[in-house]
Amino acid sequence: MLAHLPVLVILAPLLGAPVASLLRGPNWPWLLATLLSWFALLCSVLLLIQVNAQGTFIYTMGGWEAPWGIEYRIDFANALLLVLITGLASVVLPYARLSVEHEIGADRCPLFYTALLLLILGLCGITVTGDAFNVFVFLEVSSLATYTLIAMGRDRRALTASFSYLIMGTIGATFYLIGVGFLYVMTGTLNMADLAERLPAISDSSTVRTAFAFIVTGICLKLALFPLHLWLPNAYTYSPSAVTAFLGATATKVAVYVLIRFVFTIFGVEFSFGAEPLAEILVPLAIIGLLSASTVSIMQPNIKRMLAYSSVAQIGYIVLGLAMGTAMGLTASLLHVFNHGLMKGALFMVMGAVAYRMGGTSIDDMRGLAKTMPLTFWAFVLGGLSLIGVPLTVGFVSKWHLILAALELGWWPVVVAILAGSMLAVVYVGRVVEAGFFGEPKDATKREAPWGLLVPLWVLVIANIWFGIDTRLTVDIAEAAAAQLMAGGVVR
Amino acid sequence: MSGLGVWNYVIIIFLMMIGLYMVMSSSNLVKKLIGLNVFQTSVFFLYISFGYIEGATGPVMQEGASLYSNPLPHVLILTAIVVGVATTAVGLALSVRIKESFGTIEEDELHTMDSSL
Repeated sequence: MLAHLPVLVILAPLLGAPVASLLRGPNWPWLLATLLSWFALLCSVLLLIQVNAQGTFIYTMGGWEAPWGIEYRIDFANALLLVLITGLASVVLPYARLSVEHEIGADRCPLFYTALLLLILGLCGITVTGDAFNVFVFLEVSSLATYTLIAMGRDRRALTASFSYLIMGTIGATFYLIGVGFLYVMTGTLNMADLAERLPAISDSSTVRTAFAFIVTGICLKLALFPLHLWLPNAYTYSPSAVTAFLGATATKVAVYVLIRFVFTIFGVEFSFGAEPLAEILVPLAIIGLLSASTVSIMQPNIKRMLAYSSVAQIGYIVLGLAMGTAMGLTASLLHVFNHGLMKGALFMVMGAVAYRMGGTSIDDMRGLAKTMPLTFWAFVLGGLSLIGVPLTVGFVSKWHLILAALELGWWPVVVAILAGSMLAVVYVGRVVEAGFFGEPKDATKREAPWGLLVPLWVLVIANIWFGIDTRLTVDIAEAAAAQLMAGGVVR
Repeated sequence: MSGLGVWNYVIIIFLMMIGLYMVMSSSNLVKKLIGLNVFQTSVFFLYISFGYIEGATGPVMQEGASLYSNPLPHVLILTAIVVGVATTAVGLALSVRIKESFGTIEEDELHTMDSSL
């Protein structure tokens, strides 16, 4: 059993998805999906422990050795991502039962959970695989599931949001495919470890450079780096609340992981930052992205949309960290991937609870929330503080490391930009908190959200504070992952 | 390099640009999907060209053949074609539902309807 952990994470949702589509009623598919996600979380945690104890974990699919078969290769970076994905799935699925039945109707529940399981499958698959083409396949599995899930939103604008994401996502994935094709022509392999071994010798060719450009651009479309983020705000605003919580916490993070894997492991630091101007391109885009998206989010009347723009800004922080090309920057980036997953998951779940009771997510629906729905309101306050980066929350831990990384390089303007971004976050979170605390409730008869929504929500809020105080686990793993990635290549 | 010289790549780039241009310029959602398909197909051709070796036979063991073309790109593209079909299906299904709920699939009309909501 222990030797098959990487494939069990994939198999559980893969086999569960068709079964879920055959079950009837809203509750059975939900129960199946929830149990499977808990099982996947158990597997991921065991994997992380095993990687921590014994180093990189290699699984040969069907017993076929690496150049012929596909291998799954788990090191610290994927193990951390895997825990994030399955952990968020395990929290969002219990939450989904009430929220989904309320928002999309009981009759479509089996299909909803089928698509959600396929999404989990795709995201986990991208994370565990050690094969560049396999990443494309899993990327498309997760993307197709995402388009379906977004289109299930109540608002008819969910359909157009889903369609434009489909167009952009497919172009991004096809760019990635072109890049992988060029790499295959140059090296004759698709295995990531072999690619990393063979690329340095031929890195001075225009084909490899073109491949790098296609892959980075394609993935940046998927991870919604400014200015390629145009699909994200509508997709997050109009999809069902549970989907937004899961997507906002994990989908773009997995794309970040793929970018990190290609830039650091496959192409190597010398090529990406020495021969190619990666830092010169990504750092300005990340900074413009984090400042402009934060500014735009201040003006949003819809809070879900505000949080979506804030996600674009947070992607800016993450990309900034990895674009520094140092071990500290990479640590900060990986930490923020994990921590942003926790805080955005919690905040989008708050919006789901507000939508459940108030029927909308505009700032008017949030007015007077402290009186009508105090537990939901305080969850938003704590999540918001984490988003700003107040000490004792996870947001502080990752921003602190990001600032340290920038100081190490002596990039003072970048430090100023990071702090300015936090100030803008104070404004956009503060605006909502003010409305919630001092505003008059739109409808004073509304009561607190049901426990089915509050318990998963508070589990995430407590995780935000827990990992903000006890930073040993996350920081140690992120540092170990960064050290592994900076060493370049793949440890055999 | 194949017997076609670089012509196959010229054609591929031509198709790729036509596809991308259609995606960006047409306002009809179905036309956008057609453009997306042309774009994806050009990438399929690119992979198939990679696998071609001049004077080689198909990748099946046979008498008197010593040079075989590379079968791996073909396998990869079979997978990619399946992915492309699925994407097109989802895109068309979305277009149908957009037509049902908005009454149009012209992007500029959808845009004005969206902002007036």
